[in-house]
Amino acid sequence: MSEIVLRRPARPVRVLRQGLTLAWRGLLKIRHSPDQLLDLSLMPVTFVVLFTFLFGNAVAGDWHSYLQFVLPGVAVQTLVFASMNTAVAFNADLRSGIFDRFRSLPVARSAPLIGRVLGDAVRNAISLAVVMAVGFALGFRAHGSPAAVLAACGLMLLFSLSVCWLGALIGLLGRSPESMGGIAFVVVVPLTFGSNVFVPTGKLPGWLQTWVKVNPVTQLSDAARALMQGLPVGHGVQNSLLWTLAIVVVFAPPAVFVYKRRV
Amino acid sequence: MSSASGGLAIEATGLVKRYGKTMALDGVDLAARPGAILALLGPNGAGKTTVVRILATLLRPDGGTARVGGFDVAKDPDKVRDLIGLTGQYTAVDEDLTGYENLVLIARLLDHSRAGARSHASELLDRFELTETARRPVKTYSGGMRRRLDLAAGLIGRPRVLFLDEPTTGLDPRSRGVVWRLIRGLAEEGTSVLLTTQYLDEADRLADDAVVIDHGRVVASGAPAELKATVGGQTLEVRPSLPDDLVAATIEAILAEECGTVPRRGGADGLVSAPLAGGMSGTAAVAAVARRLDAAAIPVSELGVRLASLDEAFLALTGPVSERVQ
Repeated sequence: MSEIVLRRPARPVRVLRQGLTLAWRGLLKIRHSPDQLLDLSLMPVTFVVLFTFLFGNAVAGDWHSYLQFVLPGVAVQTLVFASMNTAVAFNADLRSGIFDRFRSLPVARSAPLIGRVLGDAVRNAISLAVVMAVGFALGFRAHGSPAAVLAACGLMLLFSLSVCWLGALIGLLGRSPESMGGIAFVVVVPLTFGSNVFVPTGKLPGWLQTWVKVNPVTQLSDAARALMQGLPVGHGVQNSLLWTLAIVVVFAPPAVFVYKRRV
Repeated sequence: MSSASGGLAIEATGLVKRYGKTMALDGVDLAARPGAILALLGPNGAGKTTVVRILATLLRPDGGTARVGGFDVAKDPDKVRDLIGLTGQYTAVDEDLTGYENLVLIARLLDHSRAGARSHASELLDRFELTETARRPVKTYSGGMRRRLDLAAGLIGRPRVLFLDEPTTGLDPRSRGVVWRLIRGLAEEGTSVLLTTQYLDEADRLADDAVVIDHGRVVASGAPAELKATVGGQTLEVRPSLPDDLVAATIEAILAEECGTVPRRGGADGLVSAPLAGGMSGTAAVAAVARRLDAAAIPVSELGVRLASLDEAFLALTGPVSERVQ
């Protein structure tokens, strides 16, 4: 009995360390197969270039001024899309033999889940860096302070971390990695396209505005734009953080619950 | 606590596992002595992997109890996990990582320090003759190298009880020999090993004790040599002069009665054979079968006994394939 009592206080530390070890495993994979890095940057590059030139002239008159408006939102969109990779990768992971090994070891049940989400957060940071780099190369200019730009990036990464939990839950519930695509599509498309990422809220039909205004992607894009351009942020930051927290509170516990039941 | 199981490394009583209406395990009992190698023998689908998964805390039984190192697998899974190592039927290493990284990963998960994990990994790679390929991704490994790495990964943390699910399936004879040697070495150091296999030959060469299961039930247990003895070790063969289905069926019926085991047909030339049940005299069996064949007016071109192959002994214990499929 005494052994159990002694180990309890150290438990959160052990769980976190095991989670970090498993996140390291994810990062090693990037190092060993550079094509994964290509995967991570292909979508961001495509998104920035495509949306800037596709909608630029139509929405804002010229693509250069549209880029200033659209880039922060495209960054958010990229991260939401990337978070769905968590679903596919986690689902595939659960089926692999190595998970049996983890489960037969005295490793915390939640460690693989934490490792997956943390590892994906790093991957998302890489994707975000690519979006910003392509944006700057095309002529995006931030008028906010460097600290404010970093804060905007931090806010977006925090949000993507919360969406990873939703991805993990989908990955746990899905029957096969192939079936993930459809589910992810239904979640991601209304979130990202049903927002003011591409078109300012005021130019949208009234019924759509109702959704767009509450959409976390809108809130986050507004906050990111304001921070990057040095404009007054209003409630944007606060709302984004609330959404981030809400998504974690709603999706992380069921993900852990479903995961533990499977184990 | 370990006194409760009489000092056994593994003790399972009446294990039951259902998948829907299918009974994967229907009351399996087994016991493994500490430091000994126990072979769990059975054909595909017999329930071997299910037993291993229950004992390794990956699956909860629907009935019965199991203790590993004295700890109940259902009530004290964490204590059991502290004691065991598992090498599954499917390679449980990360294909994208190098062999070295795989071992460091597992060691770090088991709370080894960074330096400790590195030295433990190098030591195991050395022992399993993988040092040369340690820095290459596992996806470039051959089947035998993968299996050795998998075994090495199962040994991190120096488990007292090791589960090996079909450790040599799919390996060429040379790699099989290497794996056998490693397993023997582990047992000599005091590790208790439970290995599953489809080959009686493997159990015979490696194990101190064997349990044969089929259809989720234990059909025989004992030392591998005893198992061979229970099926006599001799086979009676009859080759009819004019083979056809009716003749073959009649011969089968005769052999089933006279040999006390399930006969089988040997292919196009009509050969029918049956292992002799334990303790039966070969001469008496040949005489009895000859009398019955004569009475039934079946001419034969060949009639005799020979030593049974291990596969035949195994088949006699687990029943013919056709029965198993249904």
